[in-house]
Amino acid sequence: MRVALFIPCFVDQFCPQVAVAMVTVLRRLKIEVYHPTAQTCCGQPAFNTGYWDEARKLAKRFGEVFADADAIVCPSGSCTAMVRNYHPELLGKATRVTANTFEFSEFLVNKLGITDVGARFPAKVTYHDGCHALRELRLKEEPRMLLRNVQGLELVEMDKAETCCGFGGTFSVKFPMISCAMDGVKVDSIQRTGAEYVVSADPSCLMQIDGYARRRKLPIKTVSLAEVLAAR
Amino acid sequence: MNAAQQFRRAAAKKAADPRHRAVLEKNIATYDDAVARGRTRYAGWENARSTAAQIKWKAINHLDSYLEQFERAVVENGGHVFWAETAEDARRYIVELAQQRGVQKVVKSKSMVTEEIHLNAAFAAAGIEPVETDLGEFICQLRGESPYHILTPIMHLTKTDVAILFHERFGTPLTATAGELAGVAREQLRKVFLSADMGVTGANFLVADTGMVALSTNEGNGRLSVSLPRIHVVVAGIEKVIPHFEDLAVLWPVLAQVGTGQGVTAYNTLVGAPRRDGEPDSPTEFHVVLLDNGRTRLLADVEQRDALHCIRCGACLNACPVYKNIGGHAYGTTYQGPIGSVITPHLRDACEWSHLSYASSLCGACTGVCPVRIDVHRHLLHNRRNAVRRKFDNPLQRLAFKAWCWVMQDATRYRITGKLARLAIRFGLAAPLAKAWMQGRELPEVPEQSFRELWAGMDDNSRTRS
Repeated sequence: MRVALFIPCFVDQFCPQVAVAMVTVLRRLKIEVYHPTAQTCCGQPAFNTGYWDEARKLAKRFGEVFADADAIVCPSGSCTAMVRNYHPELLGKATRVTANTFEFSEFLVNKLGITDVGARFPAKVTYHDGCHALRELRLKEEPRMLLRNVQGLELVEMDKAETCCGFGGTFSVKFPMISCAMDGVKVDSIQRTGAEYVVSADPSCLMQIDGYARRRKLPIKTVSLAEVLAAR
Repeated sequence: MNAAQQFRRAAAKKAADPRHRAVLEKNIATYDDAVARGRTRYAGWENARSTAAQIKWKAINHLDSYLEQFERAVVENGGHVFWAETAEDARRYIVELAQQRGVQKVVKSKSMVTEEIHLNAAFAAAGIEPVETDLGEFICQLRGESPYHILTPIMHLTKTDVAILFHERFGTPLTATAGELAGVAREQLRKVFLSADMGVTGANFLVADTGMVALSTNEGNGRLSVSLPRIHVVVAGIEKVIPHFEDLAVLWPVLAQVGTGQGVTAYNTLVGAPRRDGEPDSPTEFHVVLLDNGRTRLLADVEQRDALHCIRCGACLNACPVYKNIGGHAYGTTYQGPIGSVITPHLRDACEWSHLSYASSLCGACTGVCPVRIDVHRHLLHNRRNAVRRKFDNPLQRLAFKAWCWVMQDATRYRITGKLARLAIRFGLAAPLAKAWMQGRELPEVPEQSFRELWAGMDDNSRTRS
């Protein structure tokens, strides 16, 4: 099986450690991965802002770049949902590439049947459901199954796990006041759990939560699911 | 100030108001609990949703024939049907009817469509007094406000707010209980019911095969409005028609469940004719105003037609994190929340209201709760695409996305731009986007190397191959 790494542009540029962690876990599981360096962006920012002609060009390009892969794995629920659910709308059809693109926890649990990656992360954590992982990809249990099998990790649910953090791509800068208010609701819910870390399969949500918490000097640490699963 | 600027200002103000958020949160939490309890009545809620969606799908896709069938039945039963293409047509018909019949006072049962056509203002301009009889709407009217929510008009108020209002208006003690306050409203409204000449109601459903209007209320004010005055006028959007009487067996409980968590709404009234010979009471005239007001434009859009499935239950508002933070008035529309953002550009000016489709994080909570399976957040995406196609977008933004796309079509251009962006952030060269971000958040701490740079040292395959 040729497993390609789909590293979203903002992960590539802003939080490469998430991608490194994903590679670490996959290699421990003896899965050979490759990184098509021609990849750039899946087109989601343009698509979500209404620029479908531009997004379509990038969707086509994505299909070409990943054409050889048997499976495409991505450490972001949102970018995965863009490829799997919205590239077909842009391209007029689903393709082998769109159908075989998986979010990381989804790939491990649903494709490989692995729920224990042998990780150790001794901390109390709470899990934030990224909206697109949850509602576009229907991933609710997959990340939690993986987390529950991490040694030393205590998973506590927050009351608003499924509430949007307010990121929403360009929404976060088009309507910063609304976006930050939503962020505040999320952060309050995280804080009520007393967890040391908030974990998510969506690094963009974590960037939003972290940005809010750091501005207010709140003791919330964000960590991606991939990094938790790579920890020993 | 245009609608977009007004929205931006009002939304920012409410988003920064913790008391407002707390009131909404409390009221929506009560709703959520009731809905969760109600859901236990259903063995297969998803099936109920699908069935409701199928009924509406059938109705909307054969709207022409069902509306004409409805009209024939109403006329056969002795009622009148008026087809109003615009809000102005509807207002004129109703106000002229009231004037011709010497109507001085009108009782109204809760109706969003009469808010849409600004009927109260038209009555007032003609010297006719309209009185809202739904408790929430009654309070809105006293406050001179529009409804805050399509189903829960005073979701933004607490009992104390109402006690203060009633104290000022009716001299009720400030310590009055909720029951006492409702009693005061009842006392006021009973007098009005007995003296009104016309009752105006909306419709939850128009039943095509029987020509009946289905009306659900929790206070019984609906059936008083349709039975005591001598004239009854129904105002309904054309999308309210459903094919069969039996469809109510699904739609009534589904509406109640998502609206309030009830099994069925407390009072479900069916009316379809004026008083018949030998009947001692009820109105002598029965009129139905079928309102288009932009709905046929939405109907013509195959991609977005299903937005007409909406049964105005309010579930998407209650689920929406944007609504929960900015409340109903900030939208500046009759229909607030996600569904309002979807339909308002179709019903009103598409350019003027396009900003609402962008005021969403696209979290999809709305789609997840919609009882008639409207793909609400996908419609927001379609609205955005349509706004760009019709060139309603900011030319600078357009240019920026064209440039961005050019960069993203080539890995080298992308790599260099990414590096420059990281350097800019690290050296604090805040671009406009970063400034907006930094209004309430810190920028991410960016790394020196991108993943693709790191990968060069990680790529086992290339090493073993070489």
